Parts: sequence; structure tokens; C-alpha cells
Amino acid sequence: MQLRVRALETVLSEKGYIDPAALDLIVEAYETRVGPQNGARVVAKAWTDPEFKGRLLADGTAAVRSLGYENRVGDHLVVVENTQRVHNMVVCTLCSCYPWEMLGLPPVWYKSAPYRSRAVKDPRGVLRDFGIDLPQTTEIRVWDSTAETRYLVLPMRPSGTAGLAVDELTALVTRDSMIGTGFPKSAERA
Amino acid sequence: MTNSIHDMGGMDGFGKVEVEPNEPPFHQAWEGRVLAMQRAMGYAGAWNIDMSRAAQELLPPQVYLSVSYYKRWALGIEHNLLKQGLANAGELAAGHAVSPAKPLRRKLTPDKVAAVMTRGSYGRPEPAPARFKPGDRVRAKNIHPKTHTRLPRYVRGRVGTVDLVHGCHVFPDAAAIGQGENPQWLYTIVFDGRELWGADADPTVKVSIDAFEPYLETLKQPL
Repeated sequence: MQLRVRALETVLSEKGYIDPAALDLIVEAYETRVGPQNGARVVAKAWTDPEFKGRLLADGTAAVRSLGYENRVGDHLVVVENTQRVHNMVVCTLCSCYPWEMLGLPPVWYKSAPYRSRAVKDPRGVLRDFGIDLPQTTEIRVWDSTAETRYLVLPMRPSGTAGLAVDELTALVTRDSMIGTGFPKSAERA
Repeated sequence: MTNSIHDMGGMDGFGKVEVEPNEPPFHQAWEGRVLAMQRAMGYAGAWNIDMSRAAQELLPPQVYLSVSYYKRWALGIEHNLLKQGLANAGELAAGHAVSPAKPLRRKLTPDKVAAVMTRGSYGRPEPAPARFKPGDRVRAKNIHPKTHTRLPRYVRGRVGTVDLVHGCHVFPDAAAIGQGENPQWLYTIVFDGRELWGADADPTVKVSIDAFEPYLETLKQPL
């Protein structure tokens, strides 16, 4: 595949359609800067600032942009809140739609046939694959990202974190907790 | 293509979800180049996001399932290059350009990369008032277009409730086949798990999709 892709890039470059130096910068950004730490900071801020949390749930894009990140978030970000009553989980059954600016590139499992096929039909079974067993009383809401809206889960704040600062809370927020296939780390394990 | 293998929601038999610990952004260097080429060609106006999805959906099921994610992207890029007349098969095989280039709208240069690191906006002015409002009961149409659609099979013919109204967005079914943006109202429609998967299904599960207005119809009779 390496050779085939090099051939492709050479053709596009020789034709003047692309500039390989621009490609270098895109790859570098995904390898070094765009990752779940972006979403984690948003979650930690929402845990500590009720006014921000209200705005985040009302209009995810506007609220995240107000934080002034270097990498601007795109339109149509919808943040959904996990509670004792409802557990949210995000999938894209048709391809791989995912809030890249918030979480980085989607992991292989998110794009895989097992996750895409089962998340909408057997979400409890999928959660068990992640070691999660939710109480039968918890409603599970699965969001299938079939358009250009992008969903980010706001996980519940772990107990025992009352005194922690935003930076310390950020370190507890895992990628999977923002997809709905995991929980934030507990304060003791961090 | 509508009813092809990419539309996986509800299929059985693919097994357990396998998580790779400490997964790197890219497993091979070429994967990053493929992703970046897709971005650069999108910026250039060679094709839109729905055309790139449609190209992958045309892959035969046995190919779609057996190649890696970024190989699917590469095959989709090759398909669209040929389809748009931007390169020919001989050039792709040889790895060199021999025919003249076709003019594209613009070119992604290093100073413009920030523009492609943020997703574009798909919201558009409203051509007409929304037909549905939150709380309305609607049925997903039982349609099987021959071309690209974003209405998954598992909801077709099923009844759900309008949860969110997102405004008017570019309509993928039109954009994928070069028929312009044709903006349509976009809704989140939530379905009870038992409506989708039968009376024996888990009663605590609700599943939503984002559906464009042409995918939906009013219920003829109240339930």
C-alpha cells in the first residue's frame, strides 16, 4: 500500500492539485495536537462552571469556540449529558463520523464492523465488551451520527473530586468516556 | 449506493469489539498521507464529503470488509479521480502524470492548512418552514434509492419522535450525485429499541438518527 499511495501522491502533486508540504502539516497536526485532550478540557470546564455547562448543552459549537482554542471547532457540535438516569453513547453506523476536533482521529474499533453493527441493536452487549455493566434501570440512548452533526458525551463527574482544579479534572477525562463507551478515571487512580 | 455493506446497523456476526491499547494516530505512514490527500482534494473542490463516502460505498462488500479503513479511503480517492477525469488509470498505475491537469477551484498550500483542520459548516438558509417540530411522531420512509443516502436501513418504515431540529443542512443524497446542495431540514429522530428490534428487545434502549426531512413522513393515523 505504501507504494500505491506514493504513486497516488506523486500523480496529484505533478498535476498541481496538491502541495505535499501542506499534507505534511495535516499529518503532523493529527499526530501531535488534535486529540482527546481538547474534549477533556471542555468536559472539565463544564464540571466546574455551571454557566458554561448550560451554554455547552444548548450550543456546543458556540460554547467551545468561546474558550478560544487554537484549533477552532466546526459547526453542529451537540453535547449530550450523562446522568444517573440516562447513559449516552455515540456511533456512526454508516461510516466513521466522530467529533475529530474534540477527540482526535477515531480509534480503529469505532470504525470497525463489530461496533458499527452492534451499537444500535445491543448497546449493553457492546458496553460489556468495554467492561461496563450498567444497571438495568439506566436508559441507554444511542446517537447514530448519520448527518454532519457531531456528538460529544459529557460524562458524569467522578465522586471524590470536589477539591480538584480544572487541570486535575482534565486528566481524569478519557476519550472513551466522551464517546459513551467508558467512564472518567476515578480520582484515586489518576 | 444505498443498500450496500457500509450500512451495518443491526447486523449480527461481526463479533466482539476489540480495543487496541495505546493506539497510535496512524499505524502506517501512508495512512496519514491518504487522510491528508482527501482533505487537500476536498479543499480544492475536486469532490465533496458525500462523494467521498459514496465512492467507498461502491466497493464490493468483500473488498469493503477485507481492507483497512484508510485503504478504503485510498480506493475512494482513486475512484473519484477517475470519475472526475482528474487522472487516468495509467497514471495511477505508473505513479506519474502524463495527461494535462484539469483546473480545480483552489489549492491547499501550507498557509491554508488551518482551514481544513476545522470541519466546514453544512447549515444553510431555510428555503421553507420546517414541517415537523419536537415531539411530533413521524415514520422513516421505506425508500431504497439507487444512489447515496444517509437513511440507514434499520429505521426504514419505523416510527419515531422528533427530538431535535438542527436547521437546514446540505442534503447528502443530492450533493453526492452532483445535484447541488438542495438544503433540507435536519432532525434528530429518536426510536424506541422495541420499535426497531421487536417486542423482545431491551426496553431501556433508545436509538436516534439524524434524518433529513425528505426521509420522513407524517403518520397517517395517530398511534
